[in-house]
Amino acid sequence: MQERVKQENEYSFAQQLRQCGSYPLKAVAVNTLQMNITRKCNLACKHCHVQAGPHRTEMMSRETISRCVRAAEHPAVTTIDITGGSPEMHSNIEWLISQMSQLGKRVLVRSNLVILLEPEYHHLIDTFAKNKIELVGSLPDYRAQRNDRQRGNGIYDKIIQAIRQLNKIGYGLEDSGLLLDLMHNPAGAYLPGSQSALEAEYKRVLNQEHNVFFNTLFCLVNCPIGRYLEYLKNSGNLEDYMQTLRKAFNPQTAKKVMCRTTVSVGWDGKLYDCDFNQVENLSANSGSPDNIITFNYDLLAERNIEIRDHCFACTAGAGSSCCGSLTQ
Amino acid sequence: MNQLYYEQKDLDDFPNITEFAPESGEKFFDYYNIATSAGKLSEREKSLIALAVATVRHCPYCIDAYTNKCLSLGIDNDEMMEAVHVGAAMVAGDTLAHATQMRKIIRKKEM
Repeated sequence: MQERVKQENEYSFAQQLRQCGSYPLKAVAVNTLQMNITRKCNLACKHCHVQAGPHRTEMMSRETISRCVRAAEHPAVTTIDITGGSPEMHSNIEWLISQMSQLGKRVLVRSNLVILLEPEYHHLIDTFAKNKIELVGSLPDYRAQRNDRQRGNGIYDKIIQAIRQLNKIGYGLEDSGLLLDLMHNPAGAYLPGSQSALEAEYKRVLNQEHNVFFNTLFCLVNCPIGRYLEYLKNSGNLEDYMQTLRKAFNPQTAKKVMCRTTVSVGWDGKLYDCDFNQVENLSANSGSPDNIITFNYDLLAERNIEIRDHCFACTAGAGSSCCGSLTQ
Repeated sequence: MNQLYYEQKDLDDFPNITEFAPESGEKFFDYYNIATSAGKLSEREKSLIALAVATVRHCPYCIDAYTNKCLSLGIDNDEMMEAVHVGAAMVAGDTLAHATQMRKIIRKKEM
């Protein structure tokens, strides 16, 4: 008799990995060094898994930043991914960017874009451009209503305004060498659709209705932790959402999840397998270093990944990562 | 209390409808997947058609599945409602078109 599909929906993430021969989940390299340099942000979005906001005070010290720069010098590290909070609100952001840019590697800054309109931070647009920083802007939906439900009233219009200013100096325009990518995540308790279909819609609306441009859309599945978890609980969607994630488990994505090639550094120098585990206080484990002070490439590049059921968010459907879908 | 009819969790059982007739079931899924995937029509267009049909056919499972699909594809709420109105208008038109039969009989029978 056939095994019933619905039984699979009851597996834990670890069990599901065992089923497809991917347990234990192990790192294969450290190609991306992700740095969460502050929890402070000028916004307090409903979906924010790190629960960033104006009242947060955590900031990565200059010493920890220096250690990250030294870690990023390792030849296998090809990408430095700077996130927060709002990285622009860190007092050492310009110094960090200049240090990392000198390494000649891909440097990403994740921005809410809105902050670039504020007089105090507006000059950073030129700093980013001068250092050829790849910007990843958060725009959860291409329509104002859904976007603003998540991020606050009037935010959509400000983001469009910010993209327009970035376009003026070449960001988001083909062949300018200045990349502006956008990040989509669903404004509710459902999964994102295909990245290519959504990118086409984003481009149609942003180009035709607002005359603004970007390069690539990254789709992110909302991870059931932090503020988003609270939303799921309060709206009575948690059980249904977890079931949806479990049902959508795609074994092909398990081999491609970004934690296998990433180390995520917390504001205090602690090392994690990803930004989500940071929020869950699950530091890198299994004998590998768990602090930037003891960064050891070889040990980290073959560490066992800490997994929990929130990891189902990265293996659902086409898979999900900080740089979008993992498969087509 | 267990409900016998229209339980939401029964949607999860949909892949198991191949049970007892696997060959037909698998052929149905092959057909279903081709028919609902992007072709000359986009995934968005097909999802809106499916949502309208699901609503007209009063299928709670399909309404659940395709409302979620439309949300996932970023389709606006008013676009979804427009699609449902196409379905509703087709049902109304289809009903009224059948009044032709009634009118023909009336014309034949009345003096």
